[in-house]
Amino acid sequence: MDLLVGQLFTGLSTGSILLLAALGLSLTYGQMGVINMAHGEFIMAGCYTAYVTQQVVGDAGVSLLIALPTGFLVGGAMGLILETLLIRHLYHRPLDTLLVTFGVGLVLQQVARDVFGAPAVNVTVPQFLRGGVDLLGTAVPKTRLFILALAIAAVAAVTLVLRFTPAGRRIRAVVGNRDLAETAGISSRAVDAGTFFIGSGLAGVAGVALTLIGATSPTTGQSYLVDAFLVVVAGGMGRIKGAVVAAIALGTFQAVFETYSTASLAKVGVFVVIVVFLQLRPQGLFTLRTRSLA
Amino acid sequence: MLRLRNLTCGYGRSAVVHGVDLEVGADEVTAVMGHNGAGKTTLLRAVVGLVPVMSGTIEFDGEAINRKPANRRVRAGMAYVPQGQQCFAHLTAGENLRLVADGRKSGRALVDAQLDRFPALRGLLSRQAGLLSGGQRQQLAIARALITEPRLLILDEPTEGIQPNVVAEIEGAIVDLAKGGLSVLLVEQHLGFALQAASRFTVLRSGRVASQGEAGSGAVERVREAMAI
Repeated sequence: MDLLVGQLFTGLSTGSILLLAALGLSLTYGQMGVINMAHGEFIMAGCYTAYVTQQVVGDAGVSLLIALPTGFLVGGAMGLILETLLIRHLYHRPLDTLLVTFGVGLVLQQVARDVFGAPAVNVTVPQFLRGGVDLLGTAVPKTRLFILALAIAAVAAVTLVLRFTPAGRRIRAVVGNRDLAETAGISSRAVDAGTFFIGSGLAGVAGVALTLIGATSPTTGQSYLVDAFLVVVAGGMGRIKGAVVAAIALGTFQAVFETYSTASLAKVGVFVVIVVFLQLRPQGLFTLRTRSLA
Repeated sequence: MLRLRNLTCGYGRSAVVHGVDLEVGADEVTAVMGHNGAGKTTLLRAVVGLVPVMSGTIEFDGEAINRKPANRRVRAGMAYVPQGQQCFAHLTAGENLRLVADGRKSGRALVDAQLDRFPALRGLLSRQAGLLSGGQRQQLAIARALITEPRLLILDEPTEGIQPNVVAEIEGAIVDLAKGGLSVLLVEQHLGFALQAASRFTVLRSGRVASQGEAGSGAVERVREAMAI
């Protein structure tokens, strides 16, 4: 029983990390269709934002609170620059976008290596997040609970913005029908830039959170990229709800497989599950149904 | 208000519309007719900015707008209702309207005015637009266009594929709007309605003007002859 609760919570926790990493991608890839291979490096930029903030501020608790919004701005600004300078000119050319952003990712990794050095750096976990909480007889690390809460808050914020604000309506309109949005007086360029800013900013937030559970190196982000894409595809393109369910499911599979084998074998197991799932349901978990062609 | 001079436009390098001259005056309805594939929709899409101009000019209020992005043409006073009852399918009907009202002065009043024009929409505001019937979606599309307070309304086959009782309602709304002083550029296959609503007509054949004139006596014969029916 303890083992089960422990593994389920580990699954939920792994899922929440996956979700944080994938949430921004579900906007830029899921909604806009941009294959941004540099998304992982935006996560990495968030990690280093946390590191730099802590070097400057000193107090681990205060620096974490400052780093979360700063990470959003840093990731968002990087995304905005990438969108304006490169991606904007490559819409409808997915393969070129993939190659260009992959190159940008490599450049960013090298920049990180030059600035911060190749060895991993550590961010001190604030006092109030050290230790664990007893949950049904299992010790659960507070950092993991914090990340879970952050993931829930991020999903709620994105959902509320998309559903209830004018900017959210415009994003959904441009995603749904770009030409029609233009002829409804909406600047699809401005909306694209804004969406990309938010999506990349969320990667930055994810990066800040990840420093609580691991060391930061120039390749930190890359290791999350494939998982993030898997979550978005398995969840159904552009469906936040799908990303949530897929992230938790993948996290749980991973945790359960790990109980009975090793981490690497568990990864193989997860891939097999996804391959089989996408054979049966290529459109992902959730899809949109409409009567009109548009 | 709108003047096309020697307009050639199309997709990629292949022109679809060749050297078309056309005018919509203030408070005037101009109908564009022609068979499928004659270039009517491409012409309209060029006017609103979705298809690039290859040569010639599009003038709106005396200003050449060839390179103006579509969204700025809307702000300049054009509104476009595309073919096929297009709406933002996964937004609710209400969101479809609020989307265009956002950021406009008295946006709520603008939405209300259109709901008075199409009362059937009132009960459907919380429904997903993609699940509405064709007629409902077309009313939604026209309402959405009118919220932008256009001076020129561009309609592409507004009654195509819509159940007959709603067709009458939509035709009535178009005639009312024209009487109210709105300029209209109308693509319409249905000759009777087109020539009744319009003061001028243009018939396109293979992307070129086959016939053009005032919609008075004898117009029906000229249009039929140009369309070879």
